[in-house]
Amino acid sequence: MTKLSSLISGTIFGLGLTISGMVNPQKVLGFLNIFDDWDPSLMLVMVGAILIFSPLHFTFKRKSRPIFAKKFILPSKKYIDKNLIVGASLFGIGWGLVGLCPGPAISAISFLNINVYFFILFMFVGFYLGNFIQNGK
Amino acid sequence: MNIINFTPYSALTGGLLIGFAAFIFFIFNGRLSGVSSIASDGISSKTNRIDNLLFLLGLIIGPILFSLSGNKIESVLTNSLPLIITGGLLVGIGTKIGKGCTSGHGVCGISRFSIRSITATISFILTGVITVLIFGI
Repeated sequence: MTKLSSLISGTIFGLGLTISGMVNPQKVLGFLNIFDDWDPSLMLVMVGAILIFSPLHFTFKRKSRPIFAKKFILPSKKYIDKNLIVGASLFGIGWGLVGLCPGPAISAISFLNINVYFFILFMFVGFYLGNFIQNGK
Repeated sequence: MNIINFTPYSALTGGLLIGFAAFIFFIFNGRLSGVSSIASDGISSKTNRIDNLLFLLGLIIGPILFSLSGNKIESVLTNSLPLIITGGLLVGIGTKIGKGCTSGHGVCGISRFSIRSITATISFILTGVITVLIFGI
């Protein structure tokens, strides 16, 4: 049953990215262009998502277990470390160069733009390299 | 700073949908919808592989449903292959080392009041803004 909820959740997520305009790299770059012509939309996308997810997730986290799975899986790390800041900063540079982050990049697959496929390909190479840098394997 | 292209209603609507999608994935699967992890694990890890791939499939279906219902999707991406390759690599490496992207840290993490995610989000928005300041959009 987790398969069904994964598909439904992914689809609603993809719809949200589309309706909000976040599948348009130009719009994302417009948000990062804060010192010139600024498009604040992305901020409201985050606010909207947090307004829904935050209270609902706190309410349901008190349940003993998720509906289809055995337990809630949450990040174990609690403290800020160098990897977090270096990694997030590198991600921000890539994001600022192209205007794509992982979700919208995958959602853009159906737009049949060859550059989206190159981006995704190199993003996966990056996952591999990141893993190698971190774990040496 | 001038505010241009601001689309508050669609941004907020899309954001609410993204939050709701994250909530579905959380209460049914017990997991956080961080797309960089879902994508990376979908390829490299056997754990929850089908769930991960179905979530990604959903991300692709979302915009297709939106188009089929008669809406037009705007998406403008750079044609520069060096930018695409560098951006893809940095997004991949950065989200792997920093353990998350806009969805995992920016939406789910901030919703959980995670100090790590708040730090990561500030970091990637900051470097994204600086990158756009230097390279333009």
